[in-house]
Amino acid sequence: MVYEFDAVIVGAGGAGLYAALEAGRTAKTAVISKLYPMRSHTGAAQGGIGAALGNVEEDKPEWHAFDTVKGGDYLVDQEAARILAEEAVQTVYDLENRGLPFSRTPEGRIAQRRFGGHTRNFGEGPVHRSCYAADRTGNMILQTLYQQCIKNDVHFFDEFQVVELLLDGTRCTGVVVFELKTGEVHIFRAKAVLFATGGFGRMFRITSNAIANTGDGPAVLARAGIPMEDMEFFQFHPTGIKGMGILITEGVRGEGGILLNSKGERFMERYAPTMLDLAPRDMVSRAIMTEILEGRGVRGDREIDDWVMLDASHLGRDVVESKIPDIADFCRTYLAIDPAEEPMPVQPTAHYAMGGIPTDVHGRVDTGGTIYEGLYAAGECACVSVHGANRLGTNSLVDLVVFGRRAGKHIAEYVQNVSHGPVDEGAAKAYEARVAQLKTEKGKHPGPIYREMQSVMTAKVGVYREEGQMLEAVAAIRKLREDFQEVRVQDTAENFNTEVLAILELENLLDLSLITAVSAENRQESRGAHSRPDYPDRDDEGWLKHTLARLDGDKVSIDYKSVDVGIWEPKPRVY
Amino acid sequence: MNVVLELYRQDPTSTGEGEFKRYELTLEPTDRILDGLIRISRDMDGTLSFRKSCAHGVCGSDAMRINGKERLACKTLVQDVTEKEGDVVRIEPLRHLAVQRDLMVDQQVFFEKFRSVKPFLIPKDEVQEKERLQSPEERALFDEATKCINCSACYSACPVLDDNPDFIGPAAIVAAARYVFDSRDQGLEARLDVLDSKNGVWPCENHFECTRVCPRDIKITKLINLTKREIKKYREARGEKTAEE
Ligand SMILES: Cc1cc2nc3c(=O)[nH]c(=O)nc-3n(C[C@H](O)[C@H](O)[C@H](O)COP(=O)(O)OP(=O)(O)OC[C@H]3O[C@@H](n4cnc5c(N)ncnc54)[C@H](O)[C@@H]3O)c2cc1C
Ligand code: SF4
Ligand code: FES
Repeated sequence: MVYEFDAVIVGAGGAGLYAALEAGRTAKTAVISKLYPMRSHTGAAQGGIGAALGNVEEDKPEWHAFDTVKGGDYLVDQEAARILAEEAVQTVYDLENRGLPFSRTPEGRIAQRRFGGHTRNFGEGPVHRSCYAADRTGNMILQTLYQQCIKNDVHFFDEFQVVELLLDGTRCTGVVVFELKTGEVHIFRAKAVLFATGGFGRMFRITSNAIANTGDGPAVLARAGIPMEDMEFFQFHPTGIKGMGILITEGVRGEGGILLNSKGERFMERYAPTMLDLAPRDMVSRAIMTEILEGRGVRGDREIDDWVMLDASHLGRDVVESKIPDIADFCRTYLAIDPAEEPMPVQPTAHYAMGGIPTDVHGRVDTGGTIYEGLYAAGECACVSVHGANRLGTNSLVDLVVFGRRAGKHIAEYVQNVSHGPVDEGAAKAYEARVAQLKTEKGKHPGPIYREMQSVMTAKVGVYREEGQMLEAVAAIRKLREDFQEVRVQDTAENFNTEVLAILELENLLDLSLITAVSAENRQESRGAHSRPDYPDRDDEGWLKHTLARLDGDKVSIDYKSVDVGIWEPKPRVY
Repeated sequence: MNVVLELYRQDPTSTGEGEFKRYELTLEPTDRILDGLIRISRDMDGTLSFRKSCAHGVCGSDAMRINGKERLACKTLVQDVTEKEGDVVRIEPLRHLAVQRDLMVDQQVFFEKFRSVKPFLIPKDEVQEKERLQSPEERALFDEATKCINCSACYSACPVLDDNPDFIGPAAIVAAARYVFDSRDQGLEARLDVLDSKNGVWPCENHFECTRVCPRDIKITKLINLTKREIKKYREARGEKTAEE
């Protein structure tokens, strides 16, 4: 079928829903999502959304913007960070006004807690900035926004998976979409398309990300020839549940939890004397890996899958049950541990993609020289860039709502003055043929390729990465992309064929793994989450620039885009 | 350890009954049942269909009946449902919703009932300043109800729905309670037509099955009773009768 809308929003997480609410005010808008909206991974976010409300102590958007820039190791575009911090305040009030059940201060205001890298007065000490709803802030955002969409009769296409982008030169004219229920391939014509497809942590073995986080948006755009920005910067969150990667929010440390090595030492004292356990994530993850590699992990064998302990038992049962109830539940379910009594075994877990689809502050896809008309991105799949080389906790949820809203607004205006572009309706037939081909002949199962990709990326493009390892990773991923050609869908059914989609998702992850590994190997410095023992220092002279990596067959070509350092001069980063 | 997953399989085009198929695999006792299902679909039998996403019990995708009880596959460890080597774990789709294929059910009816209670803030008054004020005590009154992830486990477990498929079901009442007890919302009045009707709150007979299976540990039956009480109070104050009477 061919559908026609003014605006198509791809993705129903925080970014997509906010954009839909804004665009939908005036433009005929559809939201396409491969998951039921409420299943989106925004619902997993725990700790909070950062905004300088000053409900607990003095705070200013300017301090928030500065922390964001410094936290991102100065690879942040500073005007964008200023917008983020300033608009965060109104957006959080707006969420409350729409019904979000924030936790409250005794005075009845939105409660705020401390979070890593968020400081008072340009680094003097931790500040209460993270607005939270217990430890399920993301779920509350997702619910609130979805409920507002119900109220406003937003048009949803649930379990529709976008598989291709339709371009007319550098103008977006629509998308090609696979419908799970029927197996049909549809064309959605649109004047504007926003990608808000979320993250791609599933390229790693240990990850906090949902199984659905396969980077479909960035991969689809990359295959259409659009370069991806700063893909070498992938955040490893310091505290994932050992072996599983399930996230233990930084909020636990915000409430006073501490990290301990096998000797019972509070090792962060040695790495970040002022901010201690609340230093930014890249630093804490490196500290944990260093402890492990020097034999002070719990097992003590110096292997990268060793772990350390996160202790919250001294906080007392009341705090644990009221401030981090879900965390307590995860620990009981998956570890048979009660965090009010015992420490939790944790290790770094692949968490957040700082890089992604390059955009400007209106969400327009902007590759430095070219603006793709009618093509937008927001949320984790986009790179504005407000997170630079390392995102601060609570800044993703802000990013979703601030830039989701801005993109939605811009789209609403943009579509008023343009007509639909031409689409090749044959594109649906062509994609059907591709799916049919996947179903012919017998071939390999996807499982082994999936596991190998995840092991390679975790071992060789992890917290620490070196030249040799990364070259091996590039070669290994190339090989896996070849092997992928032999994967076939066993399931010949038309309806509810989840296997077709899972295999297309694996292809997306492989493409993004390649771009990530090549971008990482290319950047010869250490900055934020990109830490190279062979180039241990930040090199502003050579590398204060964004990477733009373009996929072309099995090659990735690299270009650059300048960083906006208009407000604060880059300085060494100490905490 | 070796386990046998005995899975309900039903063709997407068939309307009749499905059948059970056994898969033998090696899993760690601490692996999730979901890990087993993923292993089967990626390595053994690509035709197996089920929903999943977050893999840690927060998105509500993978509620199913495991050894007869509604659970999330991602929140159920192998050791929770087996005792020894070679044990069989029987996995079936949820009840009271049409099977689409294998372990996937059609949640449309469930969501329609959810939407019918107007699950969104209907504000009491205009916002005076930045945020509406709400005391921690007021906030605590509806905390439990905000935990729902719409997984439908309760809807499947509810014995009332066996005989009365039109009952709005436990989760919809939880969604209503979320707002009825929120000091910022107009509350009951806006939702009375649905809640205080023949198929609203009244069919609930306090079987407690929903509470027993809820993976978010929501005391659903209690919330239903609180809502019933609120309705009675409201009607009494006006000298009116509830739909139950
Ligand atoms: C466990 C965890 C905890 C976190 N905690 C915090 C926190 O406390 N604070 C914070 O700021 N950040 C946190 N984050 C990060 C933050 O939650 C995410 O970055 C953010 O929610 C991503 O939102 P999104 O809207 O971009 O994407 P998502 O919420 O992931 O939504 C993606 C949407 O895209 C759809 N989609 C994907 N591919 C396709 C396709 N091909 N076709 C159609 N639809 C598609 C999906 O169905 C989904 O609706 C956390 C992340 C994790 C994993
Ligand atoms: S109330 Fe519990 S069982 Fe019912 S849908 Fe919500 S989370 Fe699931
Ligand atoms: S996969 Fe999300 S609840 Fe189980």
